[in-house]
Amino acid sequence: MKVIIMGCGRVGAQLAGLLDSEGHFVTILDTDEYSFRRLPPTFTGTALLGNGIDEESLKEAGIEEADAFVAVTQGDNRNVMAAQIAKHIFNVPKIICRVYDPLRRELYKSLGLEAFSPTTILAQLLKEKLES
Amino acid sequence: MYIIIVGGGKVGYHLAKALLNEGHEILVTEKNADRNQFICDELGSVCVHGDGCEAATLAEVGTGRADMLIAVTGDDEDNLVACQVAKHKFNVPRTIARISNPKNEAIFKKLGIDVTVSSTNIILENIEEEVPTHPLTHLLTIRDKGLEIVEVKIPPDSTTVGKAVKKLSLPQGSRLALIIRKQQKPIIPKADTILQAEDQIIAVTSPESEEALRTALRGA
Repeated sequence: MKVIIMGCGRVGAQLAGLLDSEGHFVTILDTDEYSFRRLPPTFTGTALLGNGIDEESLKEAGIEEADAFVAVTQGDNRNVMAAQIAKHIFNVPKIICRVYDPLRRELYKSLGLEAFSPTTILAQLLKEKLES
Repeated sequence: MYIIIVGGGKVGYHLAKALLNEGHEILVTEKNADRNQFICDELGSVCVHGDGCEAATLAEVGTGRADMLIAVTGDDEDNLVACQVAKHKFNVPRTIARISNPKNEAIFKKLGIDVTVSSTNIILENIEEEVPTHPLTHLLTIRDKGLEIVEVKIPPDSTTVGKAVKKLSLPQGSRLALIIRKQQKPIIPKADTILQAEDQIIAVTSPESEEALRTALRGA
């Protein structure tokens, strides 16, 4: 599977490492070169300096042949914009994006984007831990 | 009309001021507390401190009854999301987004934003008009029809000087609307109108045939 990950933070870098070690073709995008330090030393995929809400950067990352697109930058709006470009302009089959704001996540889910909110998930998880 | 403006920067502030003067009911959302205070001091209590991309902020300012939402922050993605939240969550009839990257115009349209205003394009067009050697100037875009009105100047050394309009190989869908000549009344071009040096030609074209039109009028 060819996967493009936008945002090389802790989550993005870790996901890139996992998929890469399982033999998937991973391209990871970030606007800050310094963030690529988070990639594991064994990473064999492509680390590309570029902005995921820019069509040209996405093309350079190979979005036209991508099987999946994951948006995990720190900005909710950047994530949903990139995810919508991937979905509506490039017709990527599988798209996942992170949206911290639970309300915004609800909205984009209703608009057909696979969005998840770490806020909701973590709060739920903590609550379960407390109750166990 | 009740109009919500997202982003109280220079554009947001002056827009709010202008629309207030026209008698509209205005509300600005601004993320920065100091900027929010400044707007309230200058324009009265028409500004709310909050993120206009968040549904909670928009609910607080009564977006459900707004006639229009205009997103003019400096970030394209924020403007996109503010408009989408307004449109899909609060059913605001009309949304307008400012965009900085002209490439986003097509994307925003595809994602359902009613109107986009590209500040970069507007500045470029204005500068183009002031550059005398510029071969083709954009005067107006008719978005719904995919047409634009442009001006082409015919330089004295152009191979088309002395040619009749019917001899020009104009691209399909392009029409010459008017010829402006020094010390003469504007002429409506006919098939046998002869082009002269320094003619200013106003034409209707599609963005795709712009280049072909320029070549047809000025020679290769």
